[in-house]
Amino acid sequence: MVMKALSADHAVAWGVRLAKAEVIPAFPITPQTLIMELLAEFISNGELDADLIPAESEHSVMSVAVGASAGGVRTFTATASQGLALMHEMLYAVPQNRLPIVMVNVNRTLGAAGGIWAEHNDSMPERESGWMQVYVEDSQEALDMTLQAYRIAEDERVLLPVMVCLDGFILSHTVEKVEVPEQGEVDAFLPAFVPRSSLDPSEPVMMNPIVPPEYTTEMRYQLDRAMDDSRNVVHQVDEAFKAAFGRGYGGLIDEYMMDDAEFALIVLGTAASTARAAVDELRAEGRKVGLIKLRFMRPFPHDELRRACSGLKALGVFDRSVSFNRYGPVFTEVSGSLCGSGVPITDHIGGLGGRDITVRDMRKVFSLIEASVEEGKVKRVYWHGLREAKG
Amino acid sequence: MTADEISTIKEMPNNDYFVSGHGACPGCGVAIAVNNIMRILGSDTTVYVPASCLIVFSALYPTSAFRTPLLFTAFENTGAVITGIKAAQRRRGIEGTVVGIAGDGGTFDIGLQALSGAAERQEDVLYICVDNEAYMNTGIQRSGSTPFGAWTTTTPVGKVTQGKRQMKKDVMDLVIAHDPEYAATLSIAHYNDFIRKVEKAKHKSGFRFLHVLTPCVPGWRTEASKSVEIAKLAVETGMWTLFEYEEGEARSTYKPHTMRPVTEYLHMQGRFRHMDNDDLNTLQRWLCAKWYYHYGHDVEQPACAIYNGEKELHFDGDPLHGV
Ligand SMILES: Cc1ncc(C[n+]2csc(CCOP(=O)(O)OP(=O)(O)O)c2C)c(N)n1
Ligand code: SF4
Repeated sequence: MVMKALSADHAVAWGVRLAKAEVIPAFPITPQTLIMELLAEFISNGELDADLIPAESEHSVMSVAVGASAGGVRTFTATASQGLALMHEMLYAVPQNRLPIVMVNVNRTLGAAGGIWAEHNDSMPERESGWMQVYVEDSQEALDMTLQAYRIAEDERVLLPVMVCLDGFILSHTVEKVEVPEQGEVDAFLPAFVPRSSLDPSEPVMMNPIVPPEYTTEMRYQLDRAMDDSRNVVHQVDEAFKAAFGRGYGGLIDEYMMDDAEFALIVLGTAASTARAAVDELRAEGRKVGLIKLRFMRPFPHDELRRACSGLKALGVFDRSVSFNRYGPVFTEVSGSLCGSGVPITDHIGGLGGRDITVRDMRKVFSLIEASVEEGKVKRVYWHGLREAKG
Repeated sequence: MTADEISTIKEMPNNDYFVSGHGACPGCGVAIAVNNIMRILGSDTTVYVPASCLIVFSALYPTSAFRTPLLFTAFENTGAVITGIKAAQRRRGIEGTVVGIAGDGGTFDIGLQALSGAAERQEDVLYICVDNEAYMNTGIQRSGSTPFGAWTTTTPVGKVTQGKRQMKKDVMDLVIAHDPEYAATLSIAHYNDFIRKVEKAKHKSGFRFLHVLTPCVPGWRTEASKSVEIAKLAVETGMWTLFEYEEGEARSTYKPHTMRPVTEYLHMQGRFRHMDNDDLNTLQRWLCAKWYYHYGHDVEQPACAIYNGEKELHFDGDPLHGV
């Protein structure tokens, strides 16, 4: 193990190098580009034996990735925002063909009223695509989850693609201390990829044919089961990782101060660090608050959340994107999981377009969660830091 | 040339890698072309087919007309997917041809960007465009390849406009601009030429492009038994030219004896039956220019001689009606 000062983008590139990805189609987009640039450097210095394929668009990037993964090699790519949107069509070709591609999406605003800063409205719509989705909080987790993602994706019981999501700039460009494991340790944790079936003329297979209605339901069901079964694998891989490297992340969710908590907040990505600091302050003041870091949006931790939230007086959800249907997507998902649990839930929308979220903001979020019981306010939505137009 | 290379129809193996039982229309030019291409490419081939008639009639789960590996994903990404397959196979030491077989829509229009990307990167792949001159799979809509005047469902014959108003895009010129390893046009009626070009493409490495004219029975409104004859007339009238490009130079691989008037070709196809004299003149004039470009003055061109003499072309009455 060596200690390095790395941004999350560079930490990811180190993860990909250690995972020995073989085909890496790429197209530049801020704030992802640092990943591809460092990988290109590794390859041109002979430190990574891989094909970096500079495709002419992100649609083609994912198309190259599908071809390469179907061709039976470990495949990596990364994108953000508009690039992910351009890939949208091709994302759907991956899970149903059970191709274990790993992709990093550096979260960034998508479309109009957006710049290049963090927001989750690029990756949230893709949770319906059949990709697993994990959101990370710091550079170390970015590197570690790149490694874990391959082991999860390539597990025979899973064979699904994994999208590792990390907040643009807040994380992608912020340099932190990162433990970079030794190649030997990684090789022991992550064996070489052996495809279950692939495009090889010595054993011809047909992949992704036209499927008549007689079979579609069954194929969708198999995919849904694979996603559900991946929960156990996520936990097992996290434990194996902890045994090998001494760091574990809790699997689908990571609970903080939840044992005796009466009020809790669910949050994903970098905002978890801010919320944790707020929990520390509030606990010191004697308030019984806790934090659930939602790590995986797919598979969604329905059972884990029901267990973790049972007995709470009230729950809040922090959404870094909006569905333009009153609530944010995480709130809607959490509400579905906790339906009938009786726990009142409020939605807290904030950090849009990369706007800062401070510990003070998070303290306010907790106060509103506490108040939601007293006032009997259920399923209210708060926009944090909103400057409402006057007149 | 090695001993196992095929150069004429007599040497054609009868070992099919694209087998019967598929759902193409009788007389489908795409099926004729693909069946023969696959015989020549043989078993060491991996095929990608984008959205098109071909994928629909050959890969309806759980059946496949291809005896080689086959992949489909989307419409516009042939150049990119074959790039990925080749990269993986190269890394795994798998030898053989990685081929993408796309329609004209998937090549000229929506797939042009991925085609250009693969050609510019000089990927070691074979790209084949089976050109039936419209989006046939979705029910005959015009494409960049549809010839001037042709009826399609999006270039209907109405009171104000009749048929497509633009000329066919020259996709070979676009591909050649990338200086590929090999590029050639093929006809299902010129068999030995067809075989020689597929063989050549198979044995070269680098970016290779084959462009085959593939008549379509319902889309061109023709008789199923006439597909090969129509393909032949396309060449005799200049609506299709047979040439190849390698090492920076293009050369004709077949020169007709004399240029036949375009009406002979149009006559056999219902999609042109509405064309009036003005449109026929416009098309013939365009063809003459193209003819000189390809053949110079080597070949007789009575149809153009009239045009050159600055006499307007006159077609007797309305020759196409009643087809
Ligand atoms: C992105 C996208 N847009 C539209 C379609 C619908 N579509 C499927 S095949 C096709 C036409 C194919 O035309 P062409 O490439 O000329 O092949 P042909 O069927 O004529 O052989 C279209 C429009 C699609 N599959 N994907
Ligand atoms: S519509 Fe045309 S291209 Fe499609 S199968 Fe029929 S003949 Fe072939």
